[in-house]
Amino acid sequence: MSLIQLQQVTKRFRRHQVLKGIDLAIERGDRVALVGSNGAGKTTLIRCLLGEYNHGGTLLVGGLEPRSHRTEVLGRVGFVPQISPPLKMPVGQLIQFAAGVCDSDPERMKAVAGDLGLDADAIRHQPFNRLSGGMKQKLLIAIALGRDCELLVLDEPAANLDPEARHRFFGLLAERKEKAAMIISSHRLDEVASLVNRVVEMDQGRIVLDDQVADDVSMTSVLRSRVTLVRPSEAFARAIRQWGFEERDDGLAWEGKVAGPDRLRFLGVLSRYAALLRGIHLEEAENG
Amino acid sequence: MKHLILTARADISESLRSRWFFVYSLVFGGVVVALFLSGLTESRIMGFTGLSRLLVTYLQITMAILPLFVLITTVRSVAGDREAGIFEYMLSLPVSLSSWFWGKLLGRFVVVFLPVVLAMFGAVAWGMVKGVEIPWAQVILYTIFLISLAWCFLGIGMFVSSVARSSDVATGAAFLVWLFLLLFLDLILLGALIREGLPPETIIAIALANPLQVFRTGAMLLFDPQLVLLGPAAYVILDNFGERGYLAWTILYPLVLGTLFAWVGYRIFRRGDLP
Repeated sequence: MSLIQLQQVTKRFRRHQVLKGIDLAIERGDRVALVGSNGAGKTTLIRCLLGEYNHGGTLLVGGLEPRSHRTEVLGRVGFVPQISPPLKMPVGQLIQFAAGVCDSDPERMKAVAGDLGLDADAIRHQPFNRLSGGMKQKLLIAIALGRDCELLVLDEPAANLDPEARHRFFGLLAERKEKAAMIISSHRLDEVASLVNRVVEMDQGRIVLDDQVADDVSMTSVLRSRVTLVRPSEAFARAIRQWGFEERDDGLAWEGKVAGPDRLRFLGVLSRYAALLRGIHLEEAENG
Repeated sequence: MKHLILTARADISESLRSRWFFVYSLVFGGVVVALFLSGLTESRIMGFTGLSRLLVTYLQITMAILPLFVLITTVRSVAGDREAGIFEYMLSLPVSLSSWFWGKLLGRFVVVFLPVVLAMFGAVAWGMVKGVEIPWAQVILYTIFLISLAWCFLGIGMFVSSVARSSDVATGAAFLVWLFLLLFLDLILLGALIREGLPPETIIAIALANPLQVFRTGAMLLFDPQLVLLGPAAYVILDNFGERGYLAWTILYPLVLGTLFAWVGYRIFRRGDLP
């Protein structure tokens, strides 16, 4: 039996039908990019999966209906929202609360936060809503990954992460890719393409594409990169430094490392400076 | 039970960091300080003196503003949390809806009740320091009345939050509820009803159904066992309830009413879309 089974799932808000009969089956090991423009129905579908919306049709997670078996189903689901909730409670208490309701160990969540470069103990008294966007994202990822779950629902999860944290995040996902299913929602496929082995595209409440994609890119791979320019550029320097690159030859060359699944995103950044580029070299550096 | 306590603690923590709680505590603390500064404890008005006089005044003020504060802050915070996406995230965690709803109610109850009672007991402590005689029976009964009143409006607030989908609508509805109950206080609307020639039983039934009026009459009864201040309605109340009976009504009716509203609110919350 599929981990997630949707049959003719519909959702209507008054006169507006947002989901128009969704049929979908997701197995363990599936890493699904859920893509589509604004209003396509991605968020509504995720909220149905999380048991937050009533809906028509049948939706089962692990054979159970999320709405009527909330605690059993959500105990298996880790969720990272795109927009962080404006919680005022201190970080330490948020971790305690999440670990308490998930029957997990707060230290495990803190360890994941540490892996992502966030010292949760150092900020335990800080209100969550006062953290930077990146810190909030790391903490929510830590809460989702710091427990046993069979399904990860991630809504633009790496949008606010720096390249180093993204690399570590991909590594954490790689550890779970065989045991869990993942649904990674995004407006753009290129943002998540390297992370997934399947693409589901939604448009106006329907699935318009459901296809497998080659997942030859290792989620833990790293590419050594050297970029050479026709002339030094301050704007380019600012952009490439955010990827942790170091300057060579008075700004005419830059060297650094790029996480394997981030290669498309990295090339997207370089494309903004196409006229400046003399050469791009990308080479598999290490794995694991 | 564990989830309920965790939710209550989380709600208390959220509230303690909110601006409304700061204003709320300041208002009730400020009222007590203002009453002391006004020299009320030294005055003799209509037979009430010392700390009793201060408590009577404090309760009259509390009756007017506590329900409004509880209603508005509850609906703004609960409906506001829903609008801001807090529900979407917190309810994606495996917490049961009953633990979430009742835990929130419990946490909020602690937060709205504590400043009011701390201010009152602050007044009592100050009275003890000053050597004023403390009417302990009244202080304890007042505290229980306040618990009952706060719970009642908290229940109504949670109901309104469950029904209204946006914080603006919820705030408007909460304000209307408060205004409606205030209009049915004896001094305002009951006078008009009497002029229209309604049977006294109807008028008294309305008074007995209005938690604000019940609280007010109960508080009055503690200092004025014959309810002289209330006028002719006192006969009906005392004949039908007796003093102890009415005190029990003052405690139990708002508790039951609040629980009923909260329960209906919970049913609506559980059935509907959560975020």
